[in-house]
Amino acid sequence: MARLTLETPADVRLLDSGMSVGEALAAFNAVHPDAGGIATFLGKVRPDDDVRVLELSHYEPLTLPGMRDLAGEALKRWPLDGVLVWHRIGVMHPGEGIVLVAAAARHRRDAFHAVDFLMDYLKSAAWLWKREKRADGWHWVEPRAQDFADRNRWE
Amino acid sequence: MSVTVLFLGPLRDLAGVPQAEYPAPLDWDGLLAAVPPAVAEQLREPRVHVACAGKVLSDKADLAAQNGEEVALLPPVSGG
Repeated sequence: MARLTLETPADVRLLDSGMSVGEALAAFNAVHPDAGGIATFLGKVRPDDDVRVLELSHYEPLTLPGMRDLAGEALKRWPLDGVLVWHRIGVMHPGEGIVLVAAAARHRRDAFHAVDFLMDYLKSAAWLWKREKRADGWHWVEPRAQDFADRNRWE
Repeated sequence: MSVTVLFLGPLRDLAGVPQAEYPAPLDWDGLLAAVPPAVAEQLREPRVHVACAGKVLSDKADLAAQNGEEVALLPPVSGG
């Protein structure tokens, strides 16, 4: 199998099929050999509320460029070796990964902060729309007030 | 001579279609008059944004879409 090649300092992707978390993190670790630590976050489809399927849609001209800008902002705010920002689109089932974020830094606090920052913005500012299929049909997911409050911590 | 308007996320359900073609040029008042009333009502909400030719407008009222351009109607997001 061809080895996964990541872009540095930011590898930003929208993926329309399964996300290979182990492979991604192994490649991220390999491409940042000077980092003192790597913080990661994997967001998953929560297996509750009788959600059978979750679908994420995007808008090609805006979504990926917006995620790239966000990764660039994290690199400006903290001294990082690099970031990985991967987001699934399309149809997902409970337990599957939706989003994978990683930050490599000399020191752990910068990596933790960068991942926290990236997730808050992905939740409330990336051009992505989520709907869930339950027993009674499809429901669009509304952003929560908490999502905006979380993001405002960084402004 | 037309402008393609995309109804993204929940706006697609309100419009009943994923996209529509309207005569060019298309400005803000023209857009409000062209889209289904339920979509126009949402468009007036500050939390709904409008992009034209791949750029989000800082003021929706400045919309001036030309022939062949794509206008995207962007409701509140829910990623992560």
